[in-house]
Amino acid sequence: MSTATRSNPWGRLALYLVLGLFCIYYLTPLYVMLINSFKPLGEITSGGMVALPQDWTSEPWQKAWSEAQVGVEATGLRPYFINSFLMVIPAVAITTILGALNGYVLTKWSFRGSTLIFGFILFGCFIPFQVVLIPMARTLGLLGLAGSVPGLVFVHVVYGISFSTLYFRNYYTSFPTELVRAAQIDGAGFFTIFWRIMLPSSGPIAVVCVIWLFTNIWNDFLFGASFSDFDSQPMTVALNNLVQSSTGVKEYNVHFAGAIIAALPTLLVYVVAGRFFVRGLMSGSVKG
Amino acid sequence: MPSSLHNPGKSIRGGVQDFLPRLVLSPTIALTLVFTYGFILFTTYLSFSNSGMLPSYDLVGWANYTRLFKLRAWSIATTNLLIFGVLYIGICAVLGLLLAILLDQRIRAEGFIRTVYLYPMALSFIVTGVAWKWILDPGIGLEAVMHDWGFTSFQFRWIKDRDMAIYTIVIAAVWQTSGFVMATFLAGLRGIDREMLHAAEVDGASTFALYRRIVIPQLRPAFLSAFVVLAHMAIKSYDLVIALTNGGPGISTEMPATFMYSYTFTRNQMGVGAASAEIMLLTIVAIIVPYLWSELRGNKQ
Amino acid sequence: MSFLDIENATKSYGAARVLNETNISVEEGEFLVLVGPSGCGKSTLLNMIAGLETVTSGEIRIRGKRMNEVKPAERNIAMVFQSYALYPNMTVRGNISFGMEMQGVPKPEREKKIAEVADLLQIKPFLDRKPGQLSGGQRQRVAMGRALTRDPDLFLFDEPLSNLDAKLRVDMRTEIKKLHQKLGTTIVYVTHDQIEALTLSTRIAVMFGGDVQQLGTPDEIYNNPVNMFVAGFMGSPSMNLLAATLRQGADGMEVELARPDASKVRLPFSAATTQADLSDMDGREVVFGIRPEALTDSEGATPASQAIHYADILVDVVEPAGSDTFVTVTLGGKDAIGRLRANAKAVAGKTFTFAFDMEKAMLFDPETQQRIA
Repeated sequence: MSTATRSNPWGRLALYLVLGLFCIYYLTPLYVMLINSFKPLGEITSGGMVALPQDWTSEPWQKAWSEAQVGVEATGLRPYFINSFLMVIPAVAITTILGALNGYVLTKWSFRGSTLIFGFILFGCFIPFQVVLIPMARTLGLLGLAGSVPGLVFVHVVYGISFSTLYFRNYYTSFPTELVRAAQIDGAGFFTIFWRIMLPSSGPIAVVCVIWLFTNIWNDFLFGASFSDFDSQPMTVALNNLVQSSTGVKEYNVHFAGAIIAALPTLLVYVVAGRFFVRGLMSGSVKG
Repeated sequence: MPSSLHNPGKSIRGGVQDFLPRLVLSPTIALTLVFTYGFILFTTYLSFSNSGMLPSYDLVGWANYTRLFKLRAWSIATTNLLIFGVLYIGICAVLGLLLAILLDQRIRAEGFIRTVYLYPMALSFIVTGVAWKWILDPGIGLEAVMHDWGFTSFQFRWIKDRDMAIYTIVIAAVWQTSGFVMATFLAGLRGIDREMLHAAEVDGASTFALYRRIVIPQLRPAFLSAFVVLAHMAIKSYDLVIALTNGGPGISTEMPATFMYSYTFTRNQMGVGAASAEIMLLTIVAIIVPYLWSELRGNKQ
Repeated sequence: MSFLDIENATKSYGAARVLNETNISVEEGEFLVLVGPSGCGKSTLLNMIAGLETVTSGEIRIRGKRMNEVKPAERNIAMVFQSYALYPNMTVRGNISFGMEMQGVPKPEREKKIAEVADLLQIKPFLDRKPGQLSGGQRQRVAMGRALTRDPDLFLFDEPLSNLDAKLRVDMRTEIKKLHQKLGTTIVYVTHDQIEALTLSTRIAVMFGGDVQQLGTPDEIYNNPVNMFVAGFMGSPSMNLLAATLRQGADGMEVELARPDASKVRLPFSAATTQADLSDMDGREVVFGIRPEALTDSEGATPASQAIHYADILVDVVEPAGSDTFVTVTLGGKDAIGRLRANAKAVAGKTFTFAFDMEKAMLFDPETQQRIA
């Protein structure tokens, strides 16, 4: 945009220098976690947090994965990692499908008052979840879902719908209504139009929505901490327990390995589909 | 005629097809009605009751609220939120704007740099908390490393300091979300009409004047949406505090979200917890409703 | 009973009325064009015929059968949309076949029909491409092909040419006309382009503000507009509508128009020009309507006309356009355009002798905007 900086080689150099420094700033914590997860504990405590390991070891990873004392038993993080997947996959699937259907109705079959209903659903994106914690704990108990993975799935679906509805509704708004009309004249009904016309063109927004929900639900801590038992805890809660546990010596290397394991699925998604991740963040600007 | 886009064929179909759309929408409406609005009402009720460990239905008027505002922990929590909110939003906005402008100078490898700046957003606050907890820990983190390098007088023990610990939360939170603000501003910059900038250059505007007088004022919408997102995050912030300081040392990094949780679930003062949740809700509503109102009204055009 | 009857049909969204009581009857094989500026209600009316919009009150009948409650798919209509509305995820073949599939037409029959239509519209080479890979004109053909497979009673077109560039638009216009002549299907066609309306239709309904202003053949609409809106909307450049005063002259009524220098032009507007009785209208303010081709040079005037009158007027602007030359003058306080032969000797800043073909001239009431004579 500005020709001034472009024509000045020193300015250019300074520019790249600043940008490079910020790259280091953002990458340092990841670097620290990564290298220290391959060190024996002694190397860290003897004051070498930024130095590369002298003695590479995968033991912290093993320990974090299958041996560390997280809850009552020394199971490692593995069962909680699995819990998180058992929670995320159905929650994302159900929420996305409901959101797509809602968006379809709200844009292509809108009726008197449907804009109002959208606003009414949208409000759910903004509430601080603290305000629903107490009644939700009671309700899950009444439904017999307290302290279980299905209970967490239920909670995430309930509070995820407003987001998925927002995504699909905004996407379908610019989807040509003439296509729906043409299909109606062709004799297609409500669901046929959805399956044959709308869904095949919903790839981009579905990816955005799935990634966004996956990241959010995987990273959730509040609901996990509030509504799970020892055997249904998601990864984030287990990781926090591992790090906060006051018994014995602090095994930093194991903590770092555990943190990376917890971050791995969402990081992977980000690296593979970062474009869609960013788009989700942006279109979620009407959210929070 | 866009107004005729509504109701393709409503009431023509008759029978099931006619109310199918509403039928499809109804589970969501029911869930929202019960689990958002119903629950808010329920919590509001509890905030006026003498609930302790379990919900109770005996109303006590404003007692929980008066008690809440007399609690030292709550005043610490709100002061902390104010400090945190102002610094967090302010630094993120300045840093995000700076990085966005720097990245908008036809940078080689822009895609890579953007990816690097934004990746913390994909992490859980718990992971961020763990990483920064040990980096800021004087025993093994930054201070230890500096000592190791020979700067033995270097001191950095904010995380152990009652007066400074809240700032460590700002550090970690800024690290996590400033990339997002950068991306928001960058998108805003890319949306500005290039011809207008050329016109300004022809008019003889310096780069500085170009940004200050023409570009930055046009980023108002981007700034507004970033502000709303960040304010919202600040008020809800719970995970990061738990992972980084767990509210400590003492209760020096207590925030409304952690306060609500501990009063409700560990201190068995559910009425007070509910009252604090109500205050959080009202704060967010005060920020969000005007924003949403202007957004939705703008979209109608 | 006609083929398509629209009887007292109205449309409202809540309190907002977008279509007032409308009555149109279309005979089998007719090509009816609904024309008007955006927001006039023409697309709403078309969508009501298609069944995509409900009818607020009144009735729509096809072959005498009430259609108000019949689903779009069961009205035996076909529709071509402005954006073509081709399903982006299906090939051209899939697009054409989808409607038949929904109607439960067996596969061999579908294939046969597709081949037939592909032949007719010359779209065979790209049957297996996706719509995104086609040009505007090709998409247009596919959209028509999709409509044709249905053997509809009634063809509906919603501004089908407005997304094409100027040259292609003219070609496709001819093609639609050919198709109509070949198949003889009844067509209702919506456009905002008055040239399309004049060239394609057998009858035109000019719409404005939710009302049909005039319904008639292209000739009636062009030469006998009922009000100032129709007169001004149809034709390009549009009709000159100039403030004037009626005066009693020696041989009957005359129209008096002010030149910029406050001198007057007087043109006889008498028995040869109109049947209307203007005898008691001396001194009345009127709007004088004359089309550019009736305001020309002396050699350009139609020799057949019984009422050519001449007047010298100062020329403001001369715009040669190849086959014609357009000249702007100021008359009655407004710009008026005359259409001269290419080699006419008009020069900007000088006076020129114009020929007014008063047989083609009209008078309107400035208050009601209705035609007086």
